[in-house]
Amino acid sequence: MIQHLVDGVLVGSILSLGAIGLTLAMHMLRFANFSHAELLSIGAYAALVFDGLFAALYPLLATKIEPLSLTWALTLALLISMALTGASAVVIDRLIFRRVRAKGGELSMVFASFGVAMVLRNIIGLTFGLQSQLYSKDIVMALVLSRDPLLLIKPDQVFSLIAALAIMAILHLILSRTTFGYALKAVAENPNLAQVSGVNLNRMIVLIWIIGGGLAAAAGVFYGLSNQINPVLGRDLVLPIFAATIVGGIGSIYGAVLGGFLVGIASNIALVILPSGYSPAVPFLIILLVLLIRPTGLFGEERT
Amino acid sequence: MIGLISYLVFFTTIAAILSIAVLGLNLHWGNTGLFNGGVVAFFGAGAYGTLILGGTPQSGHLGGYELPYLIALTGGMVIAGFMAWAVGILTLRLRHDYLAIATFGVAVAFENLMRNATGLAGGATGIRGFERPLRSALGDGFTYNVLFLIFVLILLAATYLFLERLIRSPFGRMLRAIREDEVAAQSLGKSPSRVRLTAFITGSVIMGLAGGLYGTFYAFISPQDVLPILTFQIWAMLIVGGAGNNKGAIMGAFLIWAAWTASGWALSRFAPLDVQLYTGSIQFVLIGSVIVGMLLWRPQGLFPEKLVVSQAARPK
Repeated sequence: MIQHLVDGVLVGSILSLGAIGLTLAMHMLRFANFSHAELLSIGAYAALVFDGLFAALYPLLATKIEPLSLTWALTLALLISMALTGASAVVIDRLIFRRVRAKGGELSMVFASFGVAMVLRNIIGLTFGLQSQLYSKDIVMALVLSRDPLLLIKPDQVFSLIAALAIMAILHLILSRTTFGYALKAVAENPNLAQVSGVNLNRMIVLIWIIGGGLAAAAGVFYGLSNQINPVLGRDLVLPIFAATIVGGIGSIYGAVLGGFLVGIASNIALVILPSGYSPAVPFLIILLVLLIRPTGLFGEERT
Repeated sequence: MIGLISYLVFFTTIAAILSIAVLGLNLHWGNTGLFNGGVVAFFGAGAYGTLILGGTPQSGHLGGYELPYLIALTGGMVIAGFMAWAVGILTLRLRHDYLAIATFGVAVAFENLMRNATGLAGGATGIRGFERPLRSALGDGFTYNVLFLIFVLILLAATYLFLERLIRSPFGRMLRAIREDEVAAQSLGKSPSRVRLTAFITGSVIMGLAGGLYGTFYAFISPQDVLPILTFQIWAMLIVGGAGNNKGAIMGAFLIWAAWTASGWALSRFAPLDVQLYTGSIQFVLIGSVIVGMLLWRPQGLFPEKLVVSQAARPK
């Protein structure tokens, strides 16, 4: 039980990072972006490529940061991948979403996002192969925190959790202390009024994609550190990330953070009762439950 | 020659069955503006329902009630409709994209349940042992397939006529009114969420019919048949054909199904062996590009919706 709880928190931090970007885009652009989870794959694979590149160019970087399996090369690759994924989110918006937005309704965007997700996922599969890959082939022993009840935890997981929390703290500071943060809140509140007040809406949209893409890349890499990376990573995470945004309430960043942890913990605890084969369906049950009890989520506002 | 004809019969049967599902989706998306992200769940409910109700007794899982075929088929449609009711009642009063997320979730959960709940639907191995109707009288051969095709075409025509009548009826006008301007429709005393729920259930029942026919045709259904890709194929059919136009929906279904089978055949015939492992990925990229490309360059589809003037507004 306690092991499930701990695992849930670790998965939760990954879901939170993914959900923050999704909730921002869903709130500002008013569409459920089913391709958001593919940004996690892009991030994970971009980091894989640069990790290999750095390790080959400067073998010194390939040393591990004890006790983690994480290398300096991968740390650098993570930062580059965050930037690259943010940029690709902007490019995808330019090429597709912005044009569909100009043409039709919000639901056309949802259609388009499904198409984009399918194209991205399968291009990744065609480029990198369908098999699973690992950042490090070394086996890192899990630390035994307690024997009764048995509680195992991997150093990489602890690192991911701390790094995710640090990223969220930085985001919190940016949102609550900078002009950009205020502008973002203003746009979320009332786009027209914000524009009248001199906020550049198009620039805000670009920034939102950069933030969303960057956080998604970090989530993808952290997921890859504690699991494997494969082309269907996005397909497997899209529903839990949606569940996190709905639990938190669409548009609420803090809700998304909390929602991510709640969904992570609930999905892991559900495995105490349910056979593990059912785990992909658990986020759906959470979504149904929220829609039944409190459709606006924890921090969401009523809006049509 | 007979091989070609029997392949054409096979192809037309599947394309006609999928056309029925596309017609159901057209009622959702084209006429009502509802986003169904889990077409395959309603399709699957019809297929599983029909096979469980009408199949021969199997050890190890539910089913084998050996009900008469038409009752089993109707039962499958009822199950699909019931699922739609449950999802619709939860989501239709909320923001539009909640329905997209919830229906997508239904499809994931449905496939997951069918794969894992061995006692309910045979699990990963699916349901076998379904006796196709009138098989003892007609045998398994070419005659049976031709007669089954005719049966499917009759049902396709019936669905088409039903939907054409429906959208020309006052109910259809109300659907379009709500799709175009919800507030205006509300101010005229219509209840958008109730009308949407009716349309959502009706469309899903039609998808259930398509699923039931699909299950009957193969006399077999497994979780492999209810993967999300089927939802995307059915969407592509509707978007290519033209949302809001029932004739377009059927044309789109035949066109996309022909393109899908042709591309699969070409890849398996001409692609080198090591590429063949990726046939699925290549086809998925194609279908994704078709959806995105149509939305970018021809969002109204090849056969756009005909704008109608309601009778009362027509100049005398």
